[in-house]
Amino acid sequence: MKKTWKLIKKNKAVYLMVLPVIIYYILFHYKPMYGIIIAFQDFNPRRGVLGSPWVGLKHFKDFFGGYYFWRLLGNTLRLSFATLLIGFPFPIVLALLINELRSKKFSKIVQTITYMPHFVSMVVLCAMIRQFVGSDGFITGFMAHFGYEGGNLLNHGEFWIPIYVISNIWQGAGWGSIVYLAALTGIDSELYDAAKVDGANRWKQTIHVTIPCILPTIIIMLIMRVGQIMGVGYEKTILLYDGAIYDVADIISTYVYRMGLQNREFSFSTAVGLFNSVINFILVILANQISKKTTETSLW
Amino acid sequence: MAKKDKDMMDSSPKVKHSRGENIFNVCNIIILTAFTIACLYPFWYVIMASFSESNLLIAHPEAILWPVGWSTEAYKYVFETKAIWTGYGNTIFYVVVGTAINIFMTLLAAYFLSRKELPGKTVLTIFIMFTMYFSGGMIPGFLNIQDLHLFNTRWALLLPVALNTYNLIIMRTAMSSIDASLTESAMLDGAGHMTILWKILVPLCKATIAVLVLYYGVAHWNSWFSAFIYLDNDAKGKSLQPLQIVLRRILILSDTSDTGGGEDVQQIAETIKYATIIVSTVPILALYPFLQKYFTKGVMVGAVKG
Repeated sequence: MKKTWKLIKKNKAVYLMVLPVIIYYILFHYKPMYGIIIAFQDFNPRRGVLGSPWVGLKHFKDFFGGYYFWRLLGNTLRLSFATLLIGFPFPIVLALLINELRSKKFSKIVQTITYMPHFVSMVVLCAMIRQFVGSDGFITGFMAHFGYEGGNLLNHGEFWIPIYVISNIWQGAGWGSIVYLAALTGIDSELYDAAKVDGANRWKQTIHVTIPCILPTIIIMLIMRVGQIMGVGYEKTILLYDGAIYDVADIISTYVYRMGLQNREFSFSTAVGLFNSVINFILVILANQISKKTTETSLW
Repeated sequence: MAKKDKDMMDSSPKVKHSRGENIFNVCNIIILTAFTIACLYPFWYVIMASFSESNLLIAHPEAILWPVGWSTEAYKYVFETKAIWTGYGNTIFYVVVGTAINIFMTLLAAYFLSRKELPGKTVLTIFIMFTMYFSGGMIPGFLNIQDLHLFNTRWALLLPVALNTYNLIIMRTAMSSIDASLTESAMLDGAGHMTILWKILVPLCKATIAVLVLYYGVAHWNSWFSAFIYLDNDAKGKSLQPLQIVLRRILILSDTSDTGGGEDVQQIAETIKYATIIVSTVPILALYPFLQKYFTKGVMVGAVKG
C-alpha cells in the first residue's frame, strides 16, 4: 500500500496527463450511461433526471407488448445475419485469392482498387445506391432486361436485404481483407515447405496450413462482428429506407431514432435502446466465452 | 478448381499437378479481375454520368462506358452552390481541429496505458474498454449533449468523439513495443513524463501517429450522423453544417434549394447529383493512393491483439 502511494506521488505528472482522458470518458460515455435511468421514468426535460416520476418497467412492457416488437426484432436479426453470413466470409476469400497471386504488380492493383470504396462516405454511398437502383438507374435498367418492371428497387421490400448486403460487400470487402492479408504474410514459410515435402498441393496447403494459421484472426474478427449485431447499420438504413418498406427495413435502432428524436418520446426510446444495448452486450460476452472455451482465442 | 486439383493429384502427381495449378491461377486472375472491375465501375459510372446530358442520361437507364452526350453544365451549378463551399469550409475545420484534439488525447491516454509500473492501470484499462461494448445509446447521448449546452455548437461534433478507443489501442500497442530501457534511462536523467512522451515516444511513433491522423481525419470528413442529430435546422445550425449534411440535402432528399431551385436546375438535377458526388469525393480518393501504405499499416498494427 505504502509502495503504491509512493509510486503515485512520484508519478503525479502522469496522472495529471491522463486526467483529460478520464474526464472525457466520464462526460461522454459514463454520463450517458447514467442517463439510461430515464428508461424507468416518464422523463420530462424541465424536471431533469432526478425530478422526473418513476414508472418502473412501463416502457419495456409497452415495447415488448407493442405492435412493432416482433417486426423490429425480426428485421434487425435478419439484416444482421444476412450481413454476417454473406459479408463476413467475403474478405477472407478475397485475401486468400490475393495471397495466391503470383504477380506482385497485379496484386497491388487489385488491392488499391478494392480498398477504395471504403473511403466513400455513408451519405455518398447511399446517394449512389439511390441513383443506381432508382427508376432511371442502370441496375434497374439491367433488371428490366430480365422482365422486371417495378421501377425503383428501394420501393420493394424484397430487394432491401440484397441491396444492403451487396453494397456492404462493395464498400467493405477489400478493406476487410487487409487484416487477413497481414495475418497471411505472417505465416512461417517453413510450414509450407514441410507440407510440400509431405506431398500437399496448393489446395491442401490452404486447408491444412493457411486456414489454421489465420484462424485466430478470423475468430477475433468474428467476435467483434457479433458485437455489432444489434447495432447493425442504422446510418445506412436511415439514409435509404422510407415508409413504404418499414415492414422489412425498420430496425430497432432506426425505431429508436424516430421515436426519440422525431417524436420526442425520450423515455420510451431510451428503454428500446437499452434493450438493444443489453442484448448486444450479452452477445459479445457469449461469443467471447464460447470462443475462449473452444479455440482458446478471445478478446479478453 | 480445388476439386480438379485433387483429382489430378490422385492419378499422377508430378506432371498434372502443375496443370491444375495453372488452371487455378487463371481462374483466380479472372475472379479477382471481375471483382476489381465491380469495385471500380460505380466510380466510373458516376464520373461519366456527371459529364453527360441529363435528359439523355435519364432516357438511357443502362450501364455506360462513356458520357451520354457531353455537358459540363452540372459542374457549373455545383461550383456556384454556396452551401457546398460553406460545407467544405466547415468540414475542413472539423477535420483539422477534430484530428488535433484526437491525437492529443490519444497520446495522453496511450502513454498512461503503455507504462508498466503505474498503479491504477488495470482499472483504467477496464474503465476505457468497457465503453467499447456498452454505451448509453442514442437518446441519452443526445440528452447529454443538450445537458452540457453543446447542442447546435461546433463542439458537439468534436468533443463526443475526442477519442476513439480502437485507435487508442493501436497507439498503445505502438508505444508498448518501444524498448523500455530508452524511457527508463531518460527517467534516470531526470526527464519528466511530458518530456518522455513528446521528446522520445512521439518521434519514435511517428509512423503510427501518421496512421491515426489519417484514420481520425477520414472519420471526421465522412461523419454525418452527429451533425444530423446535434445541429439544429435554424440559421445558426445551417452555418455549422459539414459537407456531408449538405450532401444529404442535395443527394438524398433531392432538395434543389441549395443549387438555386429554378427550372434550369430541375432539368439537370440528375447530373448535378453526380457532379456533386465527384466534387465532394475527389479530395479523399485523389489523396488515398499516395497514403495507402499508411492506411493499411494501421489495420495491421490494430490486428495485433492489444
